[in-house]
Amino acid sequence: MNDSTFSWHRLRDSQLFWPLLALALIMLFNLIFTPNFYNIEIKDGHLSGFLIDILNRGSILMLVAIGMTMVIATGGVDLSVGAVVAISAATATVLINPALANQLISSEELIQDVTRTPLWLCVLAALTVSTICGIWNGLLVSRARIQPMVATLVLMVAGRGIAQLITNGQIITVYYSPYFFIGNGYLLGLPFSLYIVAIVFLIVWLFARRTAFGLFVESVGINARSSFFSGINEQNIKLIVYTLCGFCAGVAGLIYSSNVKSADANNAGLDLELDAILAVVIGGTLMSGGRFSLLASVIGALFIQSVTTTMYAVGVPAMAAMAIKGVVVLIVVLLYSDQTKNVLTHMIERVGVGS
Amino acid sequence: MTARLKIDRKYVSILATIIVFVILYVYGAVLYKGMRQPQAFFNLLINNAFLLITSIGMTFVILTGGIDLSVGAMIALTSVASAALLENAGLSAYVVIPLMLLMGITFGATMGAITHYFKVQPFIVTLAGMFFARGMCFFISLDAIPIRDPVYRTLALTRIQIPFFERAFLSIGAVVALVVLVVGMYIAHYTRFGRTVYAIGGNEQSARLMGLSVARTKISVYAISGFCSALAGIVFSISLLSGHGLYARWVELDAIASTVIGGTLLTGGYGYVFGTLFGVLVTGLIQMLIQFNGELSSWWTRIAVGALTLIFIGVQSYFAYRREGRTLNITATAETESQAHAVSTAEVV
Repeated sequence: MNDSTFSWHRLRDSQLFWPLLALALIMLFNLIFTPNFYNIEIKDGHLSGFLIDILNRGSILMLVAIGMTMVIATGGVDLSVGAVVAISAATATVLINPALANQLISSEELIQDVTRTPLWLCVLAALTVSTICGIWNGLLVSRARIQPMVATLVLMVAGRGIAQLITNGQIITVYYSPYFFIGNGYLLGLPFSLYIVAIVFLIVWLFARRTAFGLFVESVGINARSSFFSGINEQNIKLIVYTLCGFCAGVAGLIYSSNVKSADANNAGLDLELDAILAVVIGGTLMSGGRFSLLASVIGALFIQSVTTTMYAVGVPAMAAMAIKGVVVLIVVLLYSDQTKNVLTHMIERVGVGS
Repeated sequence: MTARLKIDRKYVSILATIIVFVILYVYGAVLYKGMRQPQAFFNLLINNAFLLITSIGMTFVILTGGIDLSVGAMIALTSVASAALLENAGLSAYVVIPLMLLMGITFGATMGAITHYFKVQPFIVTLAGMFFARGMCFFISLDAIPIRDPVYRTLALTRIQIPFFERAFLSIGAVVALVVLVVGMYIAHYTRFGRTVYAIGGNEQSARLMGLSVARTKISVYAISGFCSALAGIVFSISLLSGHGLYARWVELDAIASTVIGGTLLTGGYGYVFGTLFGVLVTGLIQMLIQFNGELSSWWTRIAVGALTLIFIGVQSYFAYRREGRTLNITATAETESQAHAVSTAEVV
């Protein structure tokens, strides 16, 4: 009896518990209501099915959630990730397909399977531009001392304008097949984007948890001022965290534009910031900062993507699915609030005493 | 002399916005003939009436230190729901309009209650509200619904002649927006409710300790914002005579930007409803200038509004930083005092 309550407490206090529970619930829902959800077949030499689809589509969200977790752990928030995704996608596609600066290009020239710039340079440029966006956010937050929500709001508003400036207001379509591999390719039967997520996750995790950096981030999130007094350069910690978030959004932008084979400055990464924040919140990282778990955020991202995919599988129109997503998110957030947790704990303890 | 300077400092951010507006307008009037006509100014009000109504609601929310991201979605939902009720259900406009306003109030109050009682950040709750409202639009209809209702048509075509100006007019929506502005100013600055709003924005803890009804005020503030966005939605659907779920995208950002440009501090507790009028006018004017220019693409509006917001926030945070530096010692002692007070009240209880 005593032992079981102890393990229950340990399980409940683990940051992975709630997102895993949420994920399990949505999977249970699919088991009952969605036929073929768990079918995985081999098509064209790679695995395909709803589960693989969730992993592939979810890679963008997972990447952004990884960056967002660290930002939220410092007590901040980055609203500009969606815009940065659009900027990154625009940069990469514009370099492949030069519809830049009102040049008149014949349509035959535009649909050739060639690139104007070497692929590595496109990727590098997109990542550099998005990292600069991250540095800009970081400087505004850490040096200019503007509230994170407001500082990143500026890039959120202006970012899509900048992306349209890069693409010259057009939707740029890419016909360069090696570029498609990033978001559409398969390696050993699994989507290539998943490997990118794994690599980024591993690097960030090693950086955060195998050095003192993660601890510094948490300490800045709990109390920036006392961290400063105990010798942590909180300004630089914040700067690094926002830069990392911009970088992650940049990688996500590459995957996105490669997946849809185009860059649309208006719609690339639309509402992504909201999904990413929700993924992090579901992952149990508090919006006020402090303790964080990268793995929990990734699971949170998978949960959100599962909800989205489930909606499509059930046949809800894409836009209408937002309403259900909003309700699901609200329920999850309410379950997370201290008030509900207290009530639940009381109930469980009472039941435990009764038995 | 010193007294005058003091008043100036109080209104400095509002004055800055008005000066920016005047400079931009004069610049435009010098460049483009069309802007010299009085109607150009009134068009600014007509085109941005719905934004002004929304931003006034937003100002109240931001004054308490909160934020409402659901306003744009609410406008879209109002436009779709009213179009569906008028056209598909055949209800009278006199029933639909109050119904929509009631929906806005309920929606806002629900979000406010969740924020307050479950202690969830307003940011998250209104985000979920935004998702919900946007999604509901598409549950009602996937396509745009045209409105053919005679009352809406008459309202859309009515022009209100302005005295002293020849051939200058306002639309019904603009007049509604100005009425909302006056009512908003009255509520914010001349009622007990308004003072509570400012007190909560200044320091929620001390507002509660002073015995102010924090719960009621916070919920009311979100209800006001919901009401304003529903009203804005009606004005919006009257001007377009249709309803669709993709309308009014980014309006929440424009409303926040207008409020900030209008001199309201995003941390709450400081700002004027009147400033929001000029915040909206400046955002509208940037759009107008870009339209008059004709060569610049419309996305420059977003960049310009973003840059302007940044400048205003930068100036605000600079002043806040200076104030903080000066009053640091005072707040430190005040904190110890309030703690001591809390301890003594605990003992009494």
